Amino acid sequence: MFFAQLPIYEQAILALAAGVLLLSFFMLAHPRIYSVIKLFAWQGLVLAATTALVAFDSQTPHLYISAVLTLGLKAVFIPWLLLRMVDKFEMHHELDEIRRPGLTLLTAGALVVFCYHTTLPIAELLLAITRNVIAICMSVVLLGMLMLVSRNKALTQVVGFMTLENGLFFAAVAVTKGMPMVVELGIAFDVLIAAVIFGVFFLHIRQSIDSLDISRLSRLSEAERE
Amino acid sequence: MAASLVAAAPLDAAAPLAMNAAGWLLALAQTALFVAAAPLFAGWIKRVKCWLQNRQPPPLAQGYRDLRRLFAKRVRLADQASVVFRIAPYLVFGATILAAAVTPFLSVNLPTAAITDAIALTGFFAFARFFLALAGMDIGTAFGGMGSSREMTLSALAEPAMLMALFTVAMVASSTNLATVITSIETQMVMTRPSLWFAAFGFLLVAVAETGRIPVDNPATHLELTMIHEAMILEYGGRHLGMLEWAAQLKLLVYAVLAINIFNPWGIAHEDSASALGLAIAAMAGKLLVLGIVLAVTETLQAKLRLFRVPVFLMLAFTLALGGMLSFIILEAG
Amino acid sequence: MNLQGAMAAIGLALLSSLLALLLHGRPGSQRLLAFLALGLSAAASLVAGIAALSTGQAEATTLPLGLPWLAWHLRLDALSGFFLAIIGLVSLPAAVYGWGYCRVYDDAPARLTPMLAFTGLFVAGMQLVLLADDAYAFMIAWELMSLASYFLVASHHERAEARHAAFLYLLMAHAGGLAILLSFGVLAGFGGGFDFASLRASPLNPLWAGVCFGLALAGFGTKAGLVPLHIWLPEAHPVAPSHVSGLLSGVIVKMALYGFIRVVFDLIGEVHWAWGVAVLAIGAGTALYGVLYALVQSDLKRLLAYSTVENMGIVFLGLGLALIYLGNGQVFLGALAFVAALFHALNHACFKSLLFFGAGAVLHQAHETELSRLGGLLNRMPWTGFLFLLGCLSIASLPPFNGFASEWLIFQAALQAGSLDSGVLRASIPVAAAVLALTAALSATTFVKAYGIAFLGQARSPHARHAREADFSLRLGQAILALLCLALGVLPTLVVEALGRVSFALLGHDLPSATAHGWLWLTPVAAQKASYSAPLVFAGILLAVAAWAAVWLILKRKRRDQPVPRVPAWDCGFGELSPRMQYSAASFSMPIQQIFRGVWRIRADSQPAQPEPGLGHAAYRRYALHVEDWLWQALYAPLAAGVLAAARRVALIQTGHLRHYLLYSFFTLVLLLWLLR
Repeated sequence: MFFAQLPIYEQAILALAAGVLLLSFFMLAHPRIYSVIKLFAWQGLVLAATTALVAFDSQTPHLYISAVLTLGLKAVFIPWLLLRMVDKFEMHHELDEIRRPGLTLLTAGALVVFCYHTTLPIAELLLAITRNVIAICMSVVLLGMLMLVSRNKALTQVVGFMTLENGLFFAAVAVTKGMPMVVELGIAFDVLIAAVIFGVFFLHIRQSIDSLDISRLSRLSEAERE
Repeated sequence: MAASLVAAAPLDAAAPLAMNAAGWLLALAQTALFVAAAPLFAGWIKRVKCWLQNRQPPPLAQGYRDLRRLFAKRVRLADQASVVFRIAPYLVFGATILAAAVTPFLSVNLPTAAITDAIALTGFFAFARFFLALAGMDIGTAFGGMGSSREMTLSALAEPAMLMALFTVAMVASSTNLATVITSIETQMVMTRPSLWFAAFGFLLVAVAETGRIPVDNPATHLELTMIHEAMILEYGGRHLGMLEWAAQLKLLVYAVLAINIFNPWGIAHEDSASALGLAIAAMAGKLLVLGIVLAVTETLQAKLRLFRVPVFLMLAFTLALGGMLSFIILEAG
Repeated sequence: MNLQGAMAAIGLALLSSLLALLLHGRPGSQRLLAFLALGLSAAASLVAGIAALSTGQAEATTLPLGLPWLAWHLRLDALSGFFLAIIGLVSLPAAVYGWGYCRVYDDAPARLTPMLAFTGLFVAGMQLVLLADDAYAFMIAWELMSLASYFLVASHHERAEARHAAFLYLLMAHAGGLAILLSFGVLAGFGGGFDFASLRASPLNPLWAGVCFGLALAGFGTKAGLVPLHIWLPEAHPVAPSHVSGLLSGVIVKMALYGFIRVVFDLIGEVHWAWGVAVLAIGAGTALYGVLYALVQSDLKRLLAYSTVENMGIVFLGLGLALIYLGNGQVFLGALAFVAALFHALNHACFKSLLFFGAGAVLHQAHETELSRLGGLLNRMPWTGFLFLLGCLSIASLPPFNGFASEWLIFQAALQAGSLDSGVLRASIPVAAAVLALTAALSATTFVKAYGIAFLGQARSPHARHAREADFSLRLGQAILALLCLALGVLPTLVVEALGRVSFALLGHDLPSATAHGWLWLTPVAAQKASYSAPLVFAGILLAVAAWAAVWLILKRKRRDQPVPRVPAWDCGFGELSPRMQYSAASFSMPIQQIFRGVWRIRADSQPAQPEPGLGHAAYRRYALHVEDWLWQALYAPLAAGVLAAARRVALIQTGHLRHYLLYSFFTLVLLLWLLR
């Protein structure tokens, strides 16, 4: 009974890690753009909570700053920005249908097992608690990529990209107790900039093709239009 | 290898299959209580729903009155009805009572719990469903066939999710015997186990689908085209209908009790003393009241899903259960 | 002694064949004597098989047959005893059933004689496969079995689909036979000789062991109907006469299973867990593919044939688990999964032949197996209907019937995955088990559909309306099997104990814990881990039936004064019912078709049709679904086209000039001389 022997905080970290993964699964399969963004906000929240717990558990105060940054950026600001865009483009009820949700979810499950398998050799080198989390982080990254691949709408793709970043951030927090402060601040800033740039980009896509469906961007030149 | 597997389990080897008359009597009494309480629980959910929807609720005894009325009524049969149609209510009701008999309700110290494990329990419900679906097709009406077809389709999709949720629990407890599962979950510090949380949510979603509640089916519907369970029993009347209604209520209660006792077993009796059983009754009643409120609130907040959205709903349940299993393997087993 | 009994069984089966030939032209006595000999042969093989199983001792002998330097080695051990018992269990009712069933052929002796003769040869071939103890005798027996069954499949050779099915069967049987031969070849190449004892001793390196395993899987998998090699099975099994269909689906696929177990578990011996993963994946895929195709079939016998594919998938899933556990050194769990797989094979033999016999009785009486023209048969054929229902309950794996007991054991074996070291295996085995759960539930759906459409509701055609109950011998044949299904389901502990001997003889480990608590309790690993008491479940179900009977008796007097009113169906007040308003086979499976779309190649035909007089003037359309096997289009059609193209290219050397052929001979000679220099 490995799990029951851990201290309660570490148990909670693991439980939250599982929550992060599960939210990735939901984002992958949910057809409504609006809900996907909300799920993303939840993931940010859980991630912030995990970061705070790790900070508490490992006595690394600078992780508290990361936690606050995550909370502010990923749980509040970026979702707000995206939701505002949904409002602006009047996409409340718009769906980004996945053709085979069942198959996508099964692929996702297989990816998680694959990640578990591939991270085993790395995990041997790590501490007991983080050893198991690394597989989860990697899965979140790959699920984010899967979301990028399987989605059609630009907004959901951005969420996929942000999830991917969540996975990386989580790995940094859980495995190395956070990167140096400067790097983390830099990354947080980058994500912020990316969100803003995406927003501008959406406007342009929307203006030029009157939709955010990126499958309509697959023609390479104007000449092929007809 | 076998010896080490046995050693891991918390009970001694002879206990589950021990036969004593007092235990069996108690099991019988518990089953009787289980069966008797079923209309009450259904009535409680209805009552909470009425409150939420600003309606005047029927008295709590209404379920019993309905059953008494149905059992007193004369049976009329359709011209085409065959023997399957006539025997199906008995088999459905019987199999559901059997399921109730093997489910630990108040005490884990239940001799009947050894008859089957969690997997065979789903087998009983499958048995009941098989006959219910056949009865739906027996008369040859379009509605009956429609109900049977839908019921079998949805249950086929629900089965893997249900099994996956049970597998997760079984792996955590390294047993599928319900009494052992409950004991081991109670004794381990498991409130933080993500696997159990996921399995619990997955289980609840499947239970909603299996018992024909909103958003999968609506037990109170009057629109033939949206019916599933009701469409199969349209042609029944009298005591036959009474048995089928009772079986449906009992099934709901069995799933509710399973959800409570597997995922939140605190308070369940471990010995057959009056004080332990009294405490167990109080704890179970309280938890059922709360669960009833939760069910009623979610049913009030949600609309019934379109038939072809239900597979996605069940897929969600499966994903939750799969997530539970994966997080057990990755995070908890070390 | 047991071996002599088994050889007597073979002799009797051959005698049945001989009697059929000798009595040509006197159909009554021909039928009686041939099936009598066949029944005796079945009884002999049942007794010999059970005796061999219960002693667990192997007996061997050699016969002065075959090649001059290689006499036939025969051997009867627990494994072959078990399969011999399966042959006996199914052929005995088949003989009873066939005697009545073949009455329709009495005025066509030209059809009856070959059918009877080849049935005898077929059974003899199967029995010989089990006794063979060298590769040569095994291949002879294997081909005897394949060829005899080919002629049986081609019984109705005047129908194009029967010819097509038989040809496909022959082709696939030979492709499979080739793979089996090569597999033996690999073993013999490293060992000292062709008898199994030297094959068993052959030192294989892991690579060649893997090759041998792959060839055995392909060869025996063809016969067992594993996807994607199943393509012949749903064509061939339904077109044979029904008593033969029962044998084909019930027994011959088990011979493939026997061969696979013999080669992999016995002759190769040292198994690798990765093989288990392959078998597990193929088994799970086969099970799901088979049941999805069974579900959309509209012909009863075809539906049953696809369900055979499904069940063989389940058996191989169990074997895959056994291989994984054995390869990881968990011998006890390996034995558990192995026993579960064998148990399911036994159960499948019983309920599938029962269902095929039931379908045969329907065909016999209603001249139809197309579900869309049946309906309401339960009222007209109550016995057949009741027995078929028992078969459906068994195959839908519902407690307390036998299908449930074996699937439950497979689930239990899968749930022990937690004791493996590899996390990937621990994660993927439960997923395979979830596939098994889906398969079981879909198979319940399939058989609700089959039973509900064929036996319940109203008759959809005049044939079905005028069907009568089948003859006594047909009912007796089914009743034996139905009782068997129930007995195997209610007393699984005894079966598991017997199967434990097979696993002890083969794997060196049996299941003492499974039966440690007496006949009432089946406890695969330990009592507090999981237990199942089928007798008590059965008692519970009987109690429900008894309640019904009690109510019936209590109300008897009342019913005499006041009979139960029979009224037109209510149907929400929609007015008079007609058979056309019922859900049909296609509409029943439509939701699943919608959900799993893309799995099948479905062509929907919808044509305007003549309205029937007296049914108003609504626009009538005739709607038909044609389901094609997706793999046929995706795999076999390109393959066939490729082979044809290659053949055409090779045909260029066939010029027709004599001198050219002489030239080829000349070149060959020169080449050989150069090679043998």
